[in-house]
Amino acid sequence: MSGSVVRPTGKTGRLLAANAWLVYLFFYAPIVVLVIYSFSDSRNVGVWGGFTLDWYEDFGNSRQAKGALTNSLKVAVASTVVAVVLGTMSALAIERYRFRGRAFFDALLYLPVIVPDVTMAVMLLLFFAEAASLFGFSKGFATITLSHIAFSISFVSIVVRARISGMSEQLEEAAMDLYATRRQAFRYVTLPAIMPGITGGALLAFTLSLDDVVITEFVTGPGWTTLPVFVFGLIRKGVTPLINAISVIMLIASMGLVALSLLAERARGDRGSEA
Amino acid sequence: MEDIKNPAVELTGVTKRFDDVIAVDTIDLRIADGEFFAMLGPSGCGKTTTLRMIAGLEFPTQGSLKIFGDEVGTLPPNKRPVNTVFQNYALFPHMNVLDNASFGLRMQGVDKGEAAQRAREAIEMVRLGGMEKRKPNQLSGGQQQRVALARALVNRPKVLLLDEPLGALDLKLRQEMQHELKELQRELGVSFVFVTHDQEEALTMSDRIAVMDHGKLLQVGSPDEIYEHPANRFVADFIGQTNFLDGTVRDSETVVLANGSAVAAPSRHTAGTKVALSLRPERIIIRDRGDNEAQPGTDGRGLNGVIRDVTYMGNSLAYTVAIDWMEVEVRTENRPSVARLNPGTNVALTWLDTGASVVAD
Ligand SMILES: Nc1ncnc2c1ncn2[C@@H]1O[C@H](COP(=O)(O)OP(=O)(O)OP(=O)(O)O)[C@@H](O)[C@H]1O
Ligand SMILES: [Mg+2]
Repeated sequence: MSGSVVRPTGKTGRLLAANAWLVYLFFYAPIVVLVIYSFSDSRNVGVWGGFTLDWYEDFGNSRQAKGALTNSLKVAVASTVVAVVLGTMSALAIERYRFRGRAFFDALLYLPVIVPDVTMAVMLLLFFAEAASLFGFSKGFATITLSHIAFSISFVSIVVRARISGMSEQLEEAAMDLYATRRQAFRYVTLPAIMPGITGGALLAFTLSLDDVVITEFVTGPGWTTLPVFVFGLIRKGVTPLINAISVIMLIASMGLVALSLLAERARGDRGSEA
Repeated sequence: MEDIKNPAVELTGVTKRFDDVIAVDTIDLRIADGEFFAMLGPSGCGKTTTLRMIAGLEFPTQGSLKIFGDEVGTLPPNKRPVNTVFQNYALFPHMNVLDNASFGLRMQGVDKGEAAQRAREAIEMVRLGGMEKRKPNQLSGGQQQRVALARALVNRPKVLLLDEPLGALDLKLRQEMQHELKELQRELGVSFVFVTHDQEEALTMSDRIAVMDHGKLLQVGSPDEIYEHPANRFVADFIGQTNFLDGTVRDSETVVLANGSAVAAPSRHTAGTKVALSLRPERIIIRDRGDNEAQPGTDGRGLNGVIRDVTYMGNSLAYTVAIDWMEVEVRTENRPSVARLNPGTNVALTWLDTGASVVAD
């Protein structure tokens, strides 16, 4: 597209380029610093004490840290699976069916995206206080997972809906015209076509769950902690490069996850890329 | 109504209402087995809705719809022996050409090997051999159109419904595909119900044409019936080009035009009916009359006028001729043997008795 008339040239072009670099610097400089100091042989972050892998070893030896990581993963997997199923179903319902109260339901579904985390956390805390006495579940894995499902559904639903609305209803009609039952039309046409949306939604739900501090902190029970909450606790005791190491591990894990989903996408060979 | 025995599709008093819109209004229609049937009409007249009701994608609000004698009113689409080629093809984007083409067979429980075999034959038939592994987005518009065709025909439907299947193609490809479609239909002997809003396409391809407007069926007939004997003014106007000369019926043989001149024009309208004489531009014979003012033509089939303008159109010439109270367009072939007349020439316009038709609103 070089030589296009809409492409800024001269001074404007150089300023835009400079701006882009500044933005990248702003984003990535902290990450680079974080990674570098995770290898620093000094208790104080920001003071370079020579290269070491001690902090990673510390993490490996810390029963608590590893427990928190396991908990985080358990919650993330469980809440993602449930949120993806429910979120996809609600997306389909809103996009494909006309029913009474559809607009209301639609607005309701966006609420958890808008409501501040703290508000959500307090609501959930109060809810569980009631529910715990009614249904008798203890605070911890169950309450955290349920809370994460509650906010993840909205995000999954939004992402999947974008995909569905871009997909012509005519595809399903074509499938039924070609002797598919409703169920088969869904299984062989709709589902593959919206799969990229579902994968995207799942990824988002997983990441949101892994990240969450505020809501988790409110609804967790004694002795049950997730990795971000654990890290937050460490910071209160003073920042050591152990935190850097944990962050780097989480960073690598989430990048791996994204890479994996991109690969899966590519392996499907651009499936449903043009619905 | 026409006498069609064992129609492939039969609509009796079919109406489709969407809330307060009447999309299709009490239609009676019979489509013969093996017929190439076109449905023609302006945008929004209900063509697609009619087609969708035959396919089962929409259910009639009222009336009876039969396919080969079986009432199918509210039968779902997967239970009907018809297949559709959608306007924008609706190919499955995540499947390659072969999987698209074998989809219908697989859904009917044909085993994988045989389905693939038959799908290959269908792909061969629409001349896409070698493209089995391509995805729809790797095909041109014309190729996608053929995949849609193969995907439908592989099921050997008794009736194939096509909703403006050539609408998205450029002129050249369109003409090619028109020809191929027609050939294919002849070979297979399947009924094609073909929706279009291109009247030329309808005229050249079809055995019969149905003209619709505002949800109503205005006329059903062979292309030449529709062109030569339009049922009303709308049909005459919609199919081909024409001049309307307003007038009043005097008796079964004569129409009095706006300027009071009586012309011979047989019609079945009662005396006093407001009608229009529809004169096709190419059916008018134009000749230089010098200073002769007498009404030209035999049996009063003629008018005098003056040429206002000549438009050169390559293979034809279009004359704009002023008669007493209006302008009339006349077309002649552009041939050396036909003298070219200049603006300002006094001319006589005449026509044969088959050249004009009398239409009411
Ligand atoms: N699902 C629907 N809901 C409400 N109105 C509809 C629906 N489908 C069609 N209509 C209306 O019914 C009328 C006929 O529509 P239809 O699609 O059959 O027209 P068409 O002849 O195919 O037009 P085009 O040539 O533009 O495709 C239109 O007025 C349209 O607005
Ligand atoms: Mg239409």
